[in-house]
Amino acid sequence: MALAPQPTQQGGARTAQTPTVPKGDQKRLLIDLLLTGLIASAIFGPIVGMNATAPQGGLVLEYRWAAVLWLVGIVVVGRLLLHLLVWNRPDWVKPIHIKRLGAGLAGLGLVSLLLGLFVVKAPWFDAAGVFGLIAGAWFYISSSNETAAERGAPSPLANAIEPLGKYVGVALLLIAIALPFIPGVDRRIVDLAILMLTYVMLGWGLNIVVGLAGLLDLGYVAFYAVGAYAYALLSTIYFPLWFGDGITPWAFWLVLPLAGLFAACWGLILGFPVLRLRGDYLAIVTLAFGEIIRLILINWYDFTGGPNGISDVPRPSFFGIPFTNDENGFAATFGLTYSPLQRIIFLYYVILMLALITNFVTMRLRKLPIGRAWEALREDEIACRSLGINTTNTKLTAFAIGAMFGGFAGSFFATRQGFVSPESFVFMESAIILAIVVLGGLGSQIGVVVAAIVVIGAFELFRELNFLKAIMWEGFDPTQYRMLAVGVAMVLIMRWRPRGLVTKRDPSIYLKEKKAVSADLVAQGHG
Amino acid sequence: MANTWQADPVLSVEHITMRFGGLVAIDDLSFNVGRHDITALIGPNGAGKTTVFNCLTGFYKPTEGMIVMRHEDGKNFILERMDDFRISQFAKVARTFQNIRLFAGMTVLENLVVAQHNTLMKASGYTVAGILGSRSYKRAEKAAVEKATYWLEKIHLIDRADDPAGDLPYGAQRRLEIARAMCTEPKLLCLDEPAAGLNPRESDDLNKLLLSIRQDEGIGILLIEHDMKVVMEISDHVVVLDYGQKIADGTPAEVKIDPAVIRAYLGVDEEEAPPIAEKLITEAIARAENEPPAQQGGR
Amino acid sequence: MEYFLEQLINGITLGSIYGLIAIGYTMVYGIIGMINFAHGDIFMIGAMISLIAILALGLTASASFALLLLALILVLAIAMILASAFNWTVERVAYRPLRGSFRLAPLISAIGMSIVLQEFARIAQGGRPKPMQPLLSGGFELMHRTTEAGDFIVRISTIQIIVIVTTLALMALFTALITRTSLGRAQRSCEQDMKMASLLGIDVNKTISITFVMGASLAAVAGLMFFLRYGVIDFYIGFVAGVKAFTAAVLGGIGSIPGAMLGGLVIGLIEVFWSAYFSVEYKDVAAFAMLAVVLIFLPQGLLGKPEVEKV
Repeated sequence: MALAPQPTQQGGARTAQTPTVPKGDQKRLLIDLLLTGLIASAIFGPIVGMNATAPQGGLVLEYRWAAVLWLVGIVVVGRLLLHLLVWNRPDWVKPIHIKRLGAGLAGLGLVSLLLGLFVVKAPWFDAAGVFGLIAGAWFYISSSNETAAERGAPSPLANAIEPLGKYVGVALLLIAIALPFIPGVDRRIVDLAILMLTYVMLGWGLNIVVGLAGLLDLGYVAFYAVGAYAYALLSTIYFPLWFGDGITPWAFWLVLPLAGLFAACWGLILGFPVLRLRGDYLAIVTLAFGEIIRLILINWYDFTGGPNGISDVPRPSFFGIPFTNDENGFAATFGLTYSPLQRIIFLYYVILMLALITNFVTMRLRKLPIGRAWEALREDEIACRSLGINTTNTKLTAFAIGAMFGGFAGSFFATRQGFVSPESFVFMESAIILAIVVLGGLGSQIGVVVAAIVVIGAFELFRELNFLKAIMWEGFDPTQYRMLAVGVAMVLIMRWRPRGLVTKRDPSIYLKEKKAVSADLVAQGHG
Repeated sequence: MANTWQADPVLSVEHITMRFGGLVAIDDLSFNVGRHDITALIGPNGAGKTTVFNCLTGFYKPTEGMIVMRHEDGKNFILERMDDFRISQFAKVARTFQNIRLFAGMTVLENLVVAQHNTLMKASGYTVAGILGSRSYKRAEKAAVEKATYWLEKIHLIDRADDPAGDLPYGAQRRLEIARAMCTEPKLLCLDEPAAGLNPRESDDLNKLLLSIRQDEGIGILLIEHDMKVVMEISDHVVVLDYGQKIADGTPAEVKIDPAVIRAYLGVDEEEAPPIAEKLITEAIARAENEPPAQQGGR
Repeated sequence: MEYFLEQLINGITLGSIYGLIAIGYTMVYGIIGMINFAHGDIFMIGAMISLIAILALGLTASASFALLLLALILVLAIAMILASAFNWTVERVAYRPLRGSFRLAPLISAIGMSIVLQEFARIAQGGRPKPMQPLLSGGFELMHRTTEAGDFIVRISTIQIIVIVTTLALMALFTALITRTSLGRAQRSCEQDMKMASLLGIDVNKTISITFVMGASLAAVAGLMFFLRYGVIDFYIGFVAGVKAFTAAVLGGIGSIPGAMLGGLVIGLIEVFWSAYFSVEYKDVAAFAMLAVVLIFLPQGLLGKPEVEKV
């Protein structure tokens, strides 16, 4: 993982947007804060302060001025802090002070968190600890980046982490293989790992299209849906119809390649019309295609079951042996005691294997002419054509192969859930997958893994934020704020690390020495 | 007089016209390019030179006329009927661009390997064998690297093979673009202002490179150039365009004294020509230097 | 025939609303070349604020028409100002720092902002649709024909008149603003060449901010009109309406304000007639398909200029 310094243009953009309050000008600062408060009140006032509810039919307003006050207060104080600590720091405050402040805060936060968790068991300690940790880490990282930027060197953090990058992949792989047998790992964790791996696989699939070929696809979830519905429909209706019920245990393994194939075909079908499009237009059309597929799934009752979806999708079997508690079951066959966990672990290894295949194929493709053509396409399409590269085929293969992995993942999703419905394939899902790819660093395989773990892990963390429940108002439900956090994160990542976690590009071939290419040079394609 | 370009043309442009809406960018233009000649296409700004290139390489389809590429083995290709990538792949016409279009985020070596896409694609069994790790693909890749090495040595960039192309200085980027075009094994190399923005020493090196390409590879070179020094020194044949029409066609010596050319370039009488010509050339160089060194993607 | 006329009126009303939203897309795209993905959600916020303002003012259908009209103008002003504050903030927080960053950054940031606005509205105002009794009823009969099969009536409601008249008035106002004032000149010069404009002393940041504010106020108008006309809103209306309005902007020729209006009308008419004569369920499919078809086959739009690929 390379935490490289911000590209210079970022720095320029950032100075451009710092407010024009000169140092020590208290009056202008006050006006700035007043304006901030005013705008914050305009934003939070009506929408948060006046809730239009319909308790008995007719709409009435429920006033919540306290919440507005809190929010406006947080915004104003936050801006004041930014003024004092970042934009208009007095001269005697050096980055090293901020760094120490950060370290101190993080330390206090950790102590408070540990106290809260194990000693006092008070939610306030937890909350203070978590906020202290986050704020401390933020101060620490930003100030150490700042000192490094002043010296023109990459940040010390980047220097410290970069050599570890190689080992992160190996370590993650080893953990992934051993995970179900690590003591203390229960069903919930394996389930979470399955979810993460599904997103890793989707991220890797989308990475081919967006990261390598540079084609921004906002409708990727459509292929996930095609895979899921292909498995659901074939295994519940058509396979029993064509081959009899005996086929059901084998359905997953038979349908999996078919689902990939279907999705790849859809990749071609949807890819073909958009070949000429570039940039934002391509993104919007792919979004439209994704929505069209979802709307058709909702409205075509006879075929897809409409909004109700398809239930009783067959669970996977161990190559024909079902995970049931009888003499034909997996446990009995292998002389084990029956446990429902066996199926979960099996599912875990299936998705792990699928994900590793995806990774293997992608890594191979990168070193093949087609993969190099994808990256060349991302860099400059016209130059590609002048070199005799058939850009039509190159784009279509990217769409098709990316879609195929989406289809595999969809099939897996269907067999794991045992149920599919259009609700699982909304635009937000595409946005999350895209967020994972972008956060990881476009084109980086290991970046996607880390990003998927962070994003999905954070998603799950929202369930665990019980201490927040305790300190916030009555009826506060952290899970409600998950998508909000995703949105905020997308904006913040673009502001702070638009290139994602891993910013360097690995060359696909080298003569003497492999040197990573800095992200500033790597184009992001025409869309 | 039978010129080389009349006797054995590698490319014949016959009566092409290109209109953009009401604007006539090229008007009934015909000329030949000799098989082993260095041909210069010159003319004032806006004369339609780059449009001619875009027609040759398939980025534009001429409104009228025909462009024929003739291979030594007797195969002919009607270029205006071919897709742009097929022109490079089958008709063997390679080009460079006025504003360099390297793959800036890929290394120098990668740029040259990408240029051998079609050969490698076949060797990888259209990806299928490649995924399975076939040995013949590995051999083909090794051959591709060897060829890239050959060209890197020729353009003196072998020490920077593993650096990103975008990091190279401007002159090296120009040379790399030529080497990349050469990796497609063309029979005609079209260079769009290869000397623009080069200093005199680099410009001399470029001349040497072009002469050696003609000598060693035995291919034809068609170049657009404003730098009269380059044009006069190395070209065998000069075609002069003005307002989309051909106003002169001949050896450099012939063209230099052609009154129509002097009028078009200078719009003045012959006597005043030399000092003003020099001034114009200096201006042309200055202008070329002011151009952004490399343009990336974007709309 | 009567049915057709009635649908035509409905289509024009809906098209006016789309057109108002589309102007925001087209202006922002014209000036900074990005799709303000969150613009549809600004429309939703405008509609929400209108609803809240109506409730806060205690407006009911029983008030006299003149009073209602005055109150609605007040509501409109509130919605325009507050929605502008939203869009101004969005630009400041999510887009301005990214100017000059890599190409995809603003679009991804805009998608993030769209999610933020939707979720903000959902969390603060709840996810359920908010229905309300129509404030303005009544209308005029344009045509009344009695035949054996029954009475055929073509009506235009007061709300439809208000929507169409307001749209026309705003169109005229904004066209004048952009073609006649120095602000409009600044905008057009930024569209041509931002760097040059700033060298010539135009405050580019301010011009862009004003563009966002103008777009948002029009979206807020559309929000109020939408609420008055359909009487029910939720946090999700912005997404689909935004896509349709964006289609309208592209169809009309992105960057062109009359084009946006024209595109809005075409999209509105297509949607209404599709629902009336084919199927209501697939009306959004039709809209999305329309978007794809327009972008693929007519990317320069009806009133735009074709772009020549530069090599």
